[in-house]
Amino acid sequence: MVRRFFPHPMLTVWIVAVWVLLANEITFGHLVLGLILGVLIPLGTSAYWPGRPRIGAPLMMIEFMLVVLWDIVVSNIQVASLILLRRGDTLRSQFITLPLDLKTPEAITVLAGTITMTPGTVSADVSADGRALLVHCLETDGAEDTIAQIKHRYERRLKRIFE
Amino acid sequence: MHWIGEAAVTALILIGAFFLLVGSFGLAKLPDMMRRLHGPSKSTTLGIGSLLIASMLYFAVVGEHISFHELLITIFLFLTAPVTAHMLAKAHILRSQKDRSSLPPTGQPSGWATLDVDK
Repeated sequence: MVRRFFPHPMLTVWIVAVWVLLANEITFGHLVLGLILGVLIPLGTSAYWPGRPRIGAPLMMIEFMLVVLWDIVVSNIQVASLILLRRGDTLRSQFITLPLDLKTPEAITVLAGTITMTPGTVSADVSADGRALLVHCLETDGAEDTIAQIKHRYERRLKRIFE
Repeated sequence: MHWIGEAAVTALILIGAFFLLVGSFGLAKLPDMMRRLHGPSKSTTLGIGSLLIASMLYFAVVGEHISFHELLITIFLFLTAPVTAHMLAKAHILRSQKDRSSLPPTGQPSGWATLDVDK
């Protein structure tokens, strides 16, 4: 019954919170409107999001966010210096295959997004069975290093958060 | 407004503008589509991030009210920027004969999702 009307309870909470923040003031009217949206949107989209992710290790989530934020700063400086100091065609860019240990679609989505936001890598595609990611590197010495780094910094933590 | 706050806001705006400029410059300079994707998909996050932090800091220091809109913009940006880059890359893989033939194998029984359409 609850499951039927609130397919994603956390999404409902998030939508209400975002709505109130968008309005930038807490009034009864905004709360009610936010709640209506928070119930209707998960209902309308639940057909496209059948599973319900379980999130364990909330502390790990904070650690993951801090690691990613730090990497975003570092990667921006790296990429900026590559763009400014190197000729474009001397960059050793290549596609690499990242085999995935993660199983749930939510975790893989977060990993793909993280890869795009961090050091010189863009996630370009996923294998049809969802077991490998195609990653494009702007500048790389070897596929193994990049794969090991992604696995160590992000995938290990995501595995603890989602699985 | 105290001069320290003013200096911090100024520095953040300058840093933000610098990274936005470099990101756009990379988009124009780099030689092929996949490399070009790196410029705007990354430099813009720190660029816009700095500008948004500057905006939050400014309103916090000036003291009218603390605004959370910047935080929301950051979240929306982090949600949408990777998806956009991913879709652009997929479209490129589908269209470019050269890159399509040079993709590494998946290491799995099935191929890459963009090309493996019969399944």
